Amino acid sequence: MFEVVAQGEGPLFMDPDADKAREFFQKKDRTLKNKVMTVKEAVEKFVHDGNYLGIGGFGANRIPTAICHEIVRQRRKNLTFAGHTSTHDFQILAAGEVFNRCDIAYIIGLEARGLSPNARRYMESGKVEGCEWTNYGMALRFKAAAMGVSFLPGRNMMGTDTFKYSAAKAVKCPFTGKLFCLYPALWPDVSAIHVHESDIYGNSRLKGISIADLELARASKRLIITCERLVHNDVIRNDPTHTAIPYYLVDAVCEVPYGSFPGNMPYEYFSDEEHLRLWMKSEEDLEKFKKFLDQYIYWTKDFNEYLDLCGGIQRINDLRAEEHLIQIKNHKE
Amino acid sequence: MAEYNTMELMIVVAARNLENGKTVGVGTGAPCAAAMLAQKTHAPDLVIMFEAGGISPQLPTMPISVGDSRTFYRAVMASGMCEIMETCQRGMVDYTFLGGAQIDMYGNLNSTVIGDWKKPKVRFPGSGGANDFASFCWRVMVITPQDARRFVEKVSFITSPGYLDGPGARERAGLPANTGPHKVITNMAVLGYDEKTKRMRVESIHQGLAFEEVQKNCGFPLLKAEKIVVTPAPAADELRILRTEVDPKRYIIGR
Repeated sequence: MFEVVAQGEGPLFMDPDADKAREFFQKKDRTLKNKVMTVKEAVEKFVHDGNYLGIGGFGANRIPTAICHEIVRQRRKNLTFAGHTSTHDFQILAAGEVFNRCDIAYIIGLEARGLSPNARRYMESGKVEGCEWTNYGMALRFKAAAMGVSFLPGRNMMGTDTFKYSAAKAVKCPFTGKLFCLYPALWPDVSAIHVHESDIYGNSRLKGISIADLELARASKRLIITCERLVHNDVIRNDPTHTAIPYYLVDAVCEVPYGSFPGNMPYEYFSDEEHLRLWMKSEEDLEKFKKFLDQYIYWTKDFNEYLDLCGGIQRINDLRAEEHLIQIKNHKE
Repeated sequence: MAEYNTMELMIVVAARNLENGKTVGVGTGAPCAAAMLAQKTHAPDLVIMFEAGGISPQLPTMPISVGDSRTFYRAVMASGMCEIMETCQRGMVDYTFLGGAQIDMYGNLNSTVIGDWKKPKVRFPGSGGANDFASFCWRVMVITPQDARRFVEKVSFITSPGYLDGPGARERAGLPANTGPHKVITNMAVLGYDEKTKRMRVESIHQGLAFEEVQKNCGFPLLKAEKIVVTPAPAADELRILRTEVDPKRYIIGR
């Protein structure tokens, strides 16, 4: 038996029982079937009020923007959000007030770009119940879930208030007597991950850093993949080394070109810093922000309309050049 | 003598604290500039790591995010959060740079809330990867402007561990042995930690300033190193490389 020497007082939002998760995964469909659908259909079918939601990528890098927009557009309520490595994704979901519980590792901020005024207002409003974690702590929770075990140990968080307001436990190692922090497994009800390529069944490839997505994909009970482009199943089978996510984890495949916009997509396009600044600026005034959300999310039909509002292919071409460090315009220094 | 601003000075001093052949976990901003400068001057084999997965990139420009494409440009590996943090936990990462809204005399950092956690006056992003780096890396450095609001007697919330409440506290809490805060580089001085008490102490003061001014801009009593020196000014070469190769658009040094 482990001896528990300390425990956080934060709420544990999800049951870490590995057998219950196995029961779910036992029934999950493994047939090779076409899962291609629209973003609207995917959210209607797989994201329900009260669900625990995970989002892949790193805030404004390789994020499933279209799914975040659609969750807001369909006015989902009372979600619990996995707030790890989240920046612009958090900003979108907070704008729609779609969640009221949040596992917090990194929220509100947009790294070097500053803090989102609206997301901050929302988190300071008292409408959201929180529990503190760290980015690696959350990755460990997904990893435990992906492994099918109910916890994993780490040597972080101990001695801090982050631990105190988490739902972790510190225990004595049965081999060495030293203390370790235990992270409870986390199986999100549904997650969305944006990738470079997927076939119609959901076999997915991504390029560049994987962040915590390999763990998140395997931990999630339902998984929505958005991809830059659909590829034929032969492409996958001719070079299976590059498959990052096998099809049987996936429930929906949505082809969304430029789907990480205004975020960065490695080897494709860089982040649109101007548009991200516009978001931040619009958030300063509530009335202005309401109009902004109407214009860009609620009154747009889908992601393509949003892209067009943001400058369409022409803007994307600029961002493609930026990603590849190509100077097109002659900048006056 | 070359003219320079305090941000340039802080970056140069931070860079000098990174040795060749070492590993460093960095975020965006000044720490990244310091690591880039070190790589382009005395430490070409410095291994830069980003929490989202980038390992040893040849940074073409200053990254905006610790997960953007630049952080693994011509890198040796594009990995993930677990690979990076587990490399740290294994004991293979020498340094990290962290920041926060508040820091105390033991180097504990707050980036979570000001005021009560349940009813915060101000909510900040939280740990991100900071607590992980602060727990696992051998030595933690901080680059920050200094004033009595930031350098406080007691932080509202310990997000990332310094020496907690003194000698032996990290080990007692379960954190890896012999790790902890190393340097705090401010606009006024370079601070280190007293070996016996684990409290912050002044090691060098930037040109033209006196100890009293450093103390005045700090909310707790600072200890003194046996010998306090004047921080050596940036060399012309360091400034040239910083301005032309590291941050030509003055994103950081223009602040």
